[in-house]
Amino acid sequence: MSTVVEHVTCPFCGCLCDDLTVEAEGVEIRKVRLACSSGQGIFMDYDPRPRRPLVDGREVEWENAVAEAASILSAADSPLIYGLSSSASEAQRKAVALADRIGAVIDSTSSVCHGPTGLAMQAVGEPTCTLGEVRDRADLLVFWGCNPDASHLRHFPRFSLTAKGALTPNGRADRTVYVVDVRPTGSSKKADHFLQVDVGSDFEVLTTLRLLVKGKEPSVDTVGGVPVAQLKELVERMKSCRYGVAFMGMGLTMAPARQLNVAELFTLVAELNEFAKFSVLPMRGHGNVTGADQVLSWTTGYPFAVSFARGYPQFSPGEFSAVDMLARRAADAAVIIASDPGAHFPAAAAAHLERIPTIVLDHGPSVVASHARVVFPTAAYGVDAAGTAYRMDNVPIPLKRVISTGRLTDEEILDRIIEAVA
Amino acid sequence: MMLGILGGRIYDPRNSKDGEVGDIWVKDGRVVTPEDVDQKAAQTVDATGLVVMPGGVDIHAHIVGSEVNSGRKMRPEDHRGHERARSGGLRAGAGGTVPSTYLTGYLYSELGYTTVMQASAAPLVVRHTHEELEDVPNLDKGAFIVMGNNHFVMQCIADKQPEKARDYVAWLLGASRGYAIKIVNPGGVENWKWGKNVAELDDEVIGYGVTPRQIVQTLATIADDLGLPHPVHIHGINLGRHTSARTTVEMIAALDGHRVHLCHIQFLSYGAGRGHVHRSEAVAVAAAVNASSGVTVDIGQVIFGNATTMTCDGPLQYGLHLTTGNKWINDDVEGESGGGIVPITYKPGNPINGTMWLTGLELFLLIDDPWRVFLSTDHPNAGPFTSYPQVIRLLMDRDYRREMFESLHPRARRGALLPDLDREYSLGEIAVISRAGPARALGLEHKGHLGVGADADVAVYEECADKEAMFSRPRYVYKGGELVARDGAVVADVAGRTFSVAPQYDAGLEVELREYFKKAYTVSFDNYSALSGHGAPTEIVACG
Ligand SMILES: [Zn+2]
Repeated sequence: MSTVVEHVTCPFCGCLCDDLTVEAEGVEIRKVRLACSSGQGIFMDYDPRPRRPLVDGREVEWENAVAEAASILSAADSPLIYGLSSSASEAQRKAVALADRIGAVIDSTSSVCHGPTGLAMQAVGEPTCTLGEVRDRADLLVFWGCNPDASHLRHFPRFSLTAKGALTPNGRADRTVYVVDVRPTGSSKKADHFLQVDVGSDFEVLTTLRLLVKGKEPSVDTVGGVPVAQLKELVERMKSCRYGVAFMGMGLTMAPARQLNVAELFTLVAELNEFAKFSVLPMRGHGNVTGADQVLSWTTGYPFAVSFARGYPQFSPGEFSAVDMLARRAADAAVIIASDPGAHFPAAAAAHLERIPTIVLDHGPSVVASHARVVFPTAAYGVDAAGTAYRMDNVPIPLKRVISTGRLTDEEILDRIIEAVA
Repeated sequence: MMLGILGGRIYDPRNSKDGEVGDIWVKDGRVVTPEDVDQKAAQTVDATGLVVMPGGVDIHAHIVGSEVNSGRKMRPEDHRGHERARSGGLRAGAGGTVPSTYLTGYLYSELGYTTVMQASAAPLVVRHTHEELEDVPNLDKGAFIVMGNNHFVMQCIADKQPEKARDYVAWLLGASRGYAIKIVNPGGVENWKWGKNVAELDDEVIGYGVTPRQIVQTLATIADDLGLPHPVHIHGINLGRHTSARTTVEMIAALDGHRVHLCHIQFLSYGAGRGHVHRSEAVAVAAAVNASSGVTVDIGQVIFGNATTMTCDGPLQYGLHLTTGNKWINDDVEGESGGGIVPITYKPGNPINGTMWLTGLELFLLIDDPWRVFLSTDHPNAGPFTSYPQVIRLLMDRDYRREMFESLHPRARRGALLPDLDREYSLGEIAVISRAGPARALGLEHKGHLGVGADADVAVYEECADKEAMFSRPRYVYKGGELVARDGAVVADVAGRTFSVAPQYDAGLEVELREYFKKAYTVSFDNYSALSGHGAPTEIVACG
């Protein structure tokens, strides 16, 4: 039976493009229209074959896998739940319920990407807007430490660089575009102006911009490798634009000074509002990492790195963040949801994950699954499961089920585990 | 499940009970007649000497959704020291002025409240609101949908197409599963996207040429025409400014003949005072309210201590950021709204805060009809809802009120009317402003009273001289007939319902909207509705 589903949301990145059309023949996806190459991969490479859960690498019945997971978690003193960013908010809510029930630490991939952005927001706030405002109003764009040309492939045409909107009918021609980064990128080649900052100098450059906004004169000619004259030109543009938007990425969050860089940028943007309307948006990576922040915040008050060990939520990045929990050997069991810390974590953290009993929920193979005690093959949200995800600008968008494989969702499996540990 | 709450002193203003001793019988979640119950099989509670009221109804609070959650995320300092550990079937949580969702439900139960309306949601992000509402236990709820800066509405007004605006509003309420039309700083939020605001009812909205007056009049007419259970719910212009009392009175005049609810009017009842300290204009605003029978208000009483201001009023929040120097979130929402968040601490020693505090109390005491003035702190803007018992004591106990007044900054006290206001609310009047009145204004027929057919939402209190202590610690709280709190502590987690409306509209509009969405939004028309995909079912309340 062939099906055509329209207005499909791509769950790959924080853009959550929801204008795709997917054609399928039974459970085989044949064609995807409008998706970027990353999005094509999500749908076209999907393996819809039914799979059974594994315990110690051997196929078992679902009840047995659930019972094994429950016994691991019941025996654990300090379980860790991690991942979440490629799951749906419905499952993220269940993950928090499980953490609450078993007194676990729960953390999302936020802690290894935009965690510092969250800390900056907690320190100074965040003047922001939805992506439609960028498309419709923005006449000045500043991309700082991010490269959407490679990471968010439809960001430029849908929302920013070339997007046409109410006040920007000519798209690219109606905008001035800056890229600030430590090296040239695909994005910098498409900008009007590229400011190349010395590695580790973002904070100084941002501080200098704040100084210039306040009308003060730095005593040097160059800051962080950037001529002050160029910074002055940028400040003039920032103060006189109609609607300015800064996008920031891991070039700021993972560089030395981390959240201080981000807080400096957020403060600069706030201060610019004295002169012109200005907003900032973090370029969130994974499809629903923003949702993980949202769900953890509404259920616990904190966006990531939350511990229920004492019965109530406590927030401590650096202590309850997954990398730190594992590297300190502070976790004695783990539930990994739709994520592969086995492939992406620092060696000490990844090594500890191999030592402790681990339960993995994922729709495909992963490094962490290859040495997990229990593996639950799941449906993929946005492909064979429906749910909700939050776009990088916090707009919630439905994820559709475009093929019906009968696979269980993260939500359903977590529900069974919660019941079994009760 | 059958239940009898026997021998209590019943305060049920809608059914004209003002402390009469009697029994309340409950079956299957509703209040029934004694004959409907097998009294031998029913569980009974001896309420002799206790005060029995309908469960509290909060007509205006910010408890869920994108703004509230950004407030939670931004304020770890608000949560520490305000934690709640899991116990039994109850979830853990944290938060002082912006508690997490489960804790929010529990805290309301612990005050005897059973119904709360989420005061604002931008339709683009209302799916988020509904997700959180599902995670708020022990309360029935509804969400107000912001429309006062909506591009489609403003374009209809500019094009002189009121019928199209009405169809659109009807469609939008259904699509967003909203309960009422909310207006926040009409036109001012749109102008804020240009770094500007509105200051007068006849100022122009940039790009549309329409005025705040036209926006409120159009939406108030639509609410009346559609027969919505709750009228337009308005946060006016100039909130917090010394011109606000004048424009509030003008707003009331502009909406003469309509049903209107004006929210947190304390924040909109100031005049110019000496030395940059506003003065209370409660007398003028209360007079306008008293003279306009179609108007209801809630107060937004300031509570001294920590608060988190959050409104869709972007320019107001920016001003607060500049005034306080505190951290600031702004969020412009394409095509329809905006918003901001700034933490604040209200102090009696601050002359402006003192004026705000006494303005709220003066309004409570000067508005004659308790059926038209409702208890709120515009949670968490003027203070957390957990302070409602303190407000009740301030209204019922003039000595306590005077004592607190004396702690205010001298510049706030100078010339103030409050010490001369001797009025004290009765228990029956408290039952009106916190239960029966808001339920009536919301058009929730089965809420706010204990007559046959009402939802069995019941709060039982032990009367004592200190009314703050009394209302802080209900002996029993029932939600739909189930015991959810006892002796001021939550004991159960039960699911609540979400109410919404689904007025009729000309379906032909959807063809135009489909085209409109391609240009106006970054989300597909089909993915915009809170109904698309799977979502929690809402209970439709009929329009009449
Ligand atoms: Zn409000």
